[in-house]
Amino acid sequence: MSPVSVASSRIVYDALKACGIRLVSALPETWLVHLIRMADDDPEMILVRLAKEEEGVGISAGAHLAGVKSAMLMQNHGLLASINGIVSCAQLYRIPLLMLISYRGEFGERDPWQTEGGGVTEDLLRALRIPFSYLDNVSHVAPRIAKAQTLSLSSNKPVALLLCRDLMWEDQ
Amino acid sequence: MLRIDALRSVYDRLENRVVVTIMGAVAAELQSLGHRPNFFYLQHAMGLASSMGLGIALTRPDRQVVVFDGDGSVLMNLGGLTTLARYKPKNLVHVVFDNESLLSVGGFPTATSTGSDLAAIAAAAGIPRTAAVRTIDEFTKAFDDALSAGALTTLVAKVDAVGPKQFVTDLALLENRFQFQRYLRS
Repeated sequence: MSPVSVASSRIVYDALKACGIRLVSALPETWLVHLIRMADDDPEMILVRLAKEEEGVGISAGAHLAGVKSAMLMQNHGLLASINGIVSCAQLYRIPLLMLISYRGEFGERDPWQTEGGGVTEDLLRALRIPFSYLDNVSHVAPRIAKAQTLSLSSNKPVALLLCRDLMWEDQ
Repeated sequence: MLRIDALRSVYDRLENRVVVTIMGAVAAELQSLGHRPNFFYLQHAMGLASSMGLGIALTRPDRQVVVFDGDGSVLMNLGGLTTLARYKPKNLVHVVFDNESLLSVGGFPTATSTGSDLAAIAAAAGIPRTAAVRTIDEFTKAFDDALSAGALTTLVAKVDAVGPKQFVTDLALLENRFQFQRYLRS
């Protein structure tokens, strides 16, 4: 049994639904497995499984122009893989993106291969001038997702929420 | 075949369809034939025009979407072909103008000039309908077949590596973006 929290994943998913999210793009990663399954099981949700996270920028851009609210699920290394799309599609064209990014490589990370990305994630978001906050406790998940989406839509810009170990992982 | 002649040959079919193009010659030449509010030109983010088309096609199944892509852009997002093939939107026609070069940056040859076959790659990715054409008559027929097929099509059109004198037009990027959004949502 994976120690990824089903209960926290459900709270995140329900918060996305409450914000009117109708399309989710995702590339599987350990912390996202339950969220992806929830989207897959939900007949009201369009789940787009990607080959590479940058595709999700284009898909969300198309959905937004068509009037459909979307969210992107990715690992922080997926953020690294998406930078050109974020800058030269979403930012150049003022497209709102709601990015939920699993924050691997934080304190508590056990996988050696995940440890480098954690150290650059926040600096990268600041360099890209992408407003971000943390999802590290169930009590603030729903309001933070709602507020992040509000800012994204009012500014027509990407925003990021970092899915933290304290929220997503049950075995501390 | 010249790309602008190919665009001209199907221009009237685009009137009531949602059109997304890549940057460079494709965007400039389609604008030179006459801009419409249902045309969006992705003037950067190479590789993502087909992803944008997929996002529109999945969320607006009532509309037919045409993407005008290019070999250089497709080669930057080959994985995107597998995503298109995975969802197979029936309302998406994916045209790839293959001039075997990165024309707007000096004409450096792409891998299609040394044998990479984008129609075969698209077919192997799982795109249900693919075709490769070399003449205007073949292109026009294959485009019309794709519009009426009711199945995702990638149509590779081999074109000459020549383009417009300049790529910058008087249509501002954000003007195009908000006009297109208004069109799509109306």
